[in-house]
Amino acid sequence: MRSVGTLTRADLAEKINRKVGFSRSESLAMVEAILDHMCGALAKGDNVKISGFGSFVLRDKNERIGRNPKTGVEVPITPRRVLTFRASQLLKQRIVDGG
Amino acid sequence: MIRSELLQALARENPDLRADEIEQVVDIFFDEIATRLAEGGRVELRGFGAFSTRERAAREGRNPRTGATVTVPAKRVPYFKPGKEMRAVINPGAKPAAGKRAD
Repeated sequence: MRSVGTLTRADLAEKINRKVGFSRSESLAMVEAILDHMCGALAKGDNVKISGFGSFVLRDKNERIGRNPKTGVEVPITPRRVLTFRASQLLKQRIVDGG
Repeated sequence: MIRSELLQALARENPDLRADEIEQVVDIFFDEIATRLAEGGRVELRGFGAFSTRERAAREGRNPRTGATVTVPAKRVPYFKPGKEMRAVINPGAKPAAGKRAD
């Protein structure tokens, strides 16, 4: 596989700056706003569904008994909410097809 | 929340921006993430989470309708790991797990 770097907020802002013409700071603020809205919805317990990309789905897990793998001591794993990402068929296909 | 609700929320906060500009920004955001994953790279959005891809080995599958055995080829699949802050936000009041790598 070709090695490509890690995409960050700054790279996303840079693309927005180039393609839409917003200033760098404005572009970065938009990136932050998108993430804030998605995070805010998830914090309220709302799933986030972006058509063509995928869904961020919250799942509530019950308490279960876990084990410290180092010591073997049994410890209860508290009930918790976890976030999973379900990629859309389109995104899965793009990744199978490659860049 | 769905994509159109995200667009509406951004429009409310940015009355100076046109709807088509906001739509373009949101499209670029998700398209750039998808493109980088398709190229074999990863995407790190501190606090939110990180997107990467994982290899899946080839396996024997079955056509559920006919029962015929088919080989499902090896492939790469998208993977998302929620960031530390995200995990805290969706689990208010929970103690962060000890000994976990900071991200």
